Amino acid sequence: MKTASRILGSAFFLADYEVQDAPRYGAERRGAPIFAYVRASRQLINERGIIGQPDLVVVADDSLVSLPAAGVLQGLREHTVMLINSHDAPEVWKDRLNTAATVLILPAMEDSEDRADLPFVGTACAAAAACLVGVISRDLVLEAIRVELAALGSQLVERNSNTALRAYDAMVAQAGCVTEGEEISAGNYDKPQWIDLPYEDVDRAAPSVHAAATSTRVKTGLWRTVRPVIDDSLCKRCWWVCSTFCPDAAIKVSTGGKPEIDYDHCKGCLICVAKCPPHAIEAVPEHVAQREEKQGA
Amino acid sequence: MTRRLLTGNGAAAWAARLARVDYVPAFPITPQTEIIETLAEWINAGEMPGRTVTLESEHSMITAAGAAAATGVRVFTATSSQGLLYGMEMVYTVAGWRAPFVMINVSRGLASPITLEPDHNDIMAARDSGFLQIHCSTCQEVLDSVLLAYRLGEDHRVRLPVIVNLDGFYLSFTREPVELPEAQAVAGFLSPYDPESTRFRASAPNSQAVAVLGSSPYSYFRYESHLAAVNAAAVFEETAAAFAETFGRRHQAVEAYRCDDAGIVLVMIGSFATKARQAVDQLRAAGQAVGLVRPRLLRPFPAEQLRRVLCGKQGVAVIDQNISMGMGGVLHAELAAALYGKPQAPPILASFIGGLGGRDISPQEFFEIAAITRKAVEDGVTPPARLLYTREEFREVRKLQAIAHQERNELGPEA
Repeated sequence: MKTASRILGSAFFLADYEVQDAPRYGAERRGAPIFAYVRASRQLINERGIIGQPDLVVVADDSLVSLPAAGVLQGLREHTVMLINSHDAPEVWKDRLNTAATVLILPAMEDSEDRADLPFVGTACAAAAACLVGVISRDLVLEAIRVELAALGSQLVERNSNTALRAYDAMVAQAGCVTEGEEISAGNYDKPQWIDLPYEDVDRAAPSVHAAATSTRVKTGLWRTVRPVIDDSLCKRCWWVCSTFCPDAAIKVSTGGKPEIDYDHCKGCLICVAKCPPHAIEAVPEHVAQREEKQGA
Repeated sequence: MTRRLLTGNGAAAWAARLARVDYVPAFPITPQTEIIETLAEWINAGEMPGRTVTLESEHSMITAAGAAAATGVRVFTATSSQGLLYGMEMVYTVAGWRAPFVMINVSRGLASPITLEPDHNDIMAARDSGFLQIHCSTCQEVLDSVLLAYRLGEDHRVRLPVIVNLDGFYLSFTREPVELPEAQAVAGFLSPYDPESTRFRASAPNSQAVAVLGSSPYSYFRYESHLAAVNAAAVFEETAAAFAETFGRRHQAVEAYRCDDAGIVLVMIGSFATKARQAVDQLRAAGQAVGLVRPRLLRPFPAEQLRRVLCGKQGVAVIDQNISMGMGGVLHAELAAALYGKPQAPPILASFIGGLGGRDISPQEFFEIAAITRKAVEDGVTPPARLLYTREEFREVRKLQAIAHQERNELGPEA
């Protein structure tokens, strides 16, 4: 998403806008949710940091909508356009979220069979967003991709460009549907609900973390977009390869040597898939795995 | 001159390159690492001359920076937060050597608890060290301030190291349009560093003191550093004027925004001040005469310039992005010291603490700060210091605590 924000930022900049683009992340890296934001204006931009009232929200991974920590729904208003990379229909999302915002689905991704296309979802998001804001031409999107991805070589630039054009063209009917929202007025605003923090006893107010139970309660498995699935018939019961390489200690091996994945905490990094000598672990897109689970149940 | 999108970190690296630095002692720390990575890449690719060395800690890194500067080469280094504190012994020590170099600090809140996001307690810890301090509010200012800082610190009347401070995330990882000056224009503004007679050479060592000093000589040398820092106020003005002449951008020690007819003035440092600037525009649009004062130079403290712009105002609201435990906002106290007893000092000097650990400050909060300050002016009573903290945030903490406290139930009282 950082790259997506940079492509969109560059495209605005090439269209003679003042621009601010930035990623935001915490201490957790690989597999953790990440978001980025872009501001564009004809005037100097003074506002900075997280956008409180976005005009457009782009969601590359729809599983994050339900995570409060990801803050996807923050500042959503009737005026907001929300573009989701999802297999569900816009009506489903509008109903689910009970939102008055316009919901659009990012096209051109679900029909891509080639898994190698998946990393380009950021480019697709950026290009679709560029079309929706209505002031960026196709050529400027391509130019922005060249500027931002030049270091990756011409082949990757071309593949990203193709993905971008597909996403851009699929949005043409909605081009320009994103417009600048009204600023909060200094003459009429909701007062901040400030409180006076009370003194609290040290057994509550010291930030100590002396045991791991908190980590087990945070279901980092919700971040997963691809699920590793072990095929028992191929597993050699070697008892150590997948469990040793798992960076999240999310694979436990039973006394019989049978590995079991803790899906509450597996982030889907797929290192186990890469390391398993007999190739007994398969990578299944999360939405497919969940569908199969439902059908099985 | 080309205009391109650069992060604050990218702007810092470009400034070091344009300043033709000879030596970059380095040690990584989030959110600064991108600066030294960028410089290392350029040096490795032969795109810029100079040497970079990764030291084993910030303590060694700052020692190396000071030692190299003493030999008369131009030195650049960068750190952040815990790293700055780890090197703090040497921050004070090398400042006393009077060997100028530039160090970037990418502000990040201090442990404990630990965070990656910005506030100014890290840089405030270096406040009394002898390093001069320039605080940036945009990525352009990061680039410009590094160039200014070399000329300022290397001036014979100053000869002190300078910290250029930029906020993590809000500047370090945020891209904005930045004008990249031509190398030739920079060379015209910033001559090669000439240490003159103070250059250390192993082949010709000389001394200006004895190794361990008693109280009188100690006081003498310490106070001389202070006087050099005081000198830097006037040298900064000269340097900023020369900078404006060359590059067309004027960076004053104190930036006053829409203050001339303002009854109420907000005071802030750093990148959050651009948010305050936005709020001032909105308050003005709603018919309220509010201005913003932003000290760019924090050491030396620009007391005279602050008095010039603040005396005669009815109410001043200082928003500190730091907290001195048991006291409150540091900038508020410094401002009170600068204004106390002066003719027409503002009767209301209100203290607000916000933005700790990168906590956002909303437009509504700026409006409310202005409203509270105006009310205080009408009533003639200074309000108590206020932490910007909402009921909703408190609920969030309660939720986090509930999860953490669950451990006690699971592990039992003996665990």
